[in-house]
Amino acid sequence: MRFELEIVSPEKLLLARQVDMVVLPAAEGELGVLVEHAPMIVMMRGGPIRLYEGEQVTDTLFVSGGFAEITPSRVTVLADEATPLAEVSRAEGERRLAAAQAAYEATDKLDVPALDRAMNRIQAAQAMIESAQAP
Amino acid sequence: MPSLKALRTRINSVKSTQKITSAMKMVAASKLRRAQTQAEAARPYAERMERMLASLAAGAASSPTAPPLLIGTGKEQVHLLVPVTGDRGLAGAFNSSVARLTRELARRLESQGRTVKMLTVGRKGRDILRRDFASRIVGEVSLAGKRTVGFADAQEIAARIVGMLEAGEFDICTLVFNRFASVISQVPTETRLIPAPLPAQEEAATDGARAEVEFEPDEETILAELLPRALAIQVYRAMLENAAGFYGAQMTAMDNATRNAGDMIKRLTLNYNRARQANITKELIEIISGAEAV
Repeated sequence: MRFELEIVSPEKLLLARQVDMVVLPAAEGELGVLVEHAPMIVMMRGGPIRLYEGEQVTDTLFVSGGFAEITPSRVTVLADEATPLAEVSRAEGERRLAAAQAAYEATDKLDVPALDRAMNRIQAAQAMIESAQAP
Repeated sequence: MPSLKALRTRINSVKSTQKITSAMKMVAASKLRRAQTQAEAARPYAERMERMLASLAAGAASSPTAPPLLIGTGKEQVHLLVPVTGDRGLAGAFNSSVARLTRELARRLESQGRTVKMLTVGRKGRDILRRDFASRIVGEVSLAGKRTVGFADAQEIAARIVGMLEAGEFDICTLVFNRFASVISQVPTETRLIPAPLPAQEEAATDGARAEVEFEPDEETILAELLPRALAIQVYRAMLENAAGFYGAQMTAMDNATRNAGDMIKRLTLNYNRARQANITKELIEIISGAEAV
């Protein structure tokens, strides 16, 4: 049983097709979604989205954060930015990590929401480096 | 009657103007196509974001802890207007129609005793509005030198608006921009950004289904993350429509200019030929009468 998966970024509709399963990097851990999943809205941290057709991973995209809306027949991913894994570069990840760490140092340590946001940026950058390493 | 030489120079100068305007028209047409594709590509995200926001906001709007981005500050005293215009001119009434709407809005609000602040996007709008409202302009964003509008630019503007809201600098934020109705028609429009306008009529229908939706991490956190993005998307959309509309308006304006130049060339050539004929006739008469006298 397949369901419709859509991945959209603010700039364009990146992908729309039928898949058997999708694994999302949800805020509280990876989340595998099959057809007829209960309706959910999840926040995503930076990480890879894996598309399964049959038993195979057919595509992997790296997202730096965003949201996913899950309904029994459809999954819509609103990504801040999504790149096919093959195009994720380690250097870019490292550059972002450095920028994120600098931003973290610069934030007021008493401003908890801002610290959380800076922390998320660091995690997204680290996830990017990790995804780039994997073959 | 101007001399032949003067007419000739005049015709040549109008011809070169025509060349420039027709080239500008062509450039605008190709840029318009690009801007239109970009605007269309951005639509799916905006639509889905709206849907998600509607299902989230319905419940949150009534709770007392709802974020100010959604429900505003509860006051209506200070209004922030965000007029979006092009960075360049030569596009007919494109920039001035946004400026006019902004001016009318500002005047109306001020006559009601409200305070008006402005954050201008695009250089032309700032230039026009500065004449009357210099003291109200609190910030400006210029996009000069950028070839296409990126989402990052919109995010920057949205972050500025959110920052100002958090600092309590305004209560209500309104975006003024040219809606891209068609290539030849751009309609200046005002859209309220803060508090966020909610699609009220749909909620009743989806209410039953909404209750079952699960949230991770939780509704409030998601909403807090989602709202600034929704704001950025609205700004992005306005900027894209502005870009597409600008090239549309420029194309129309340049098309008119090219046609006018053509008309003028025709008229001047007619005058030139008449003057030339008159000269020849006059010379002939002089020669003939000179020969008769001999």
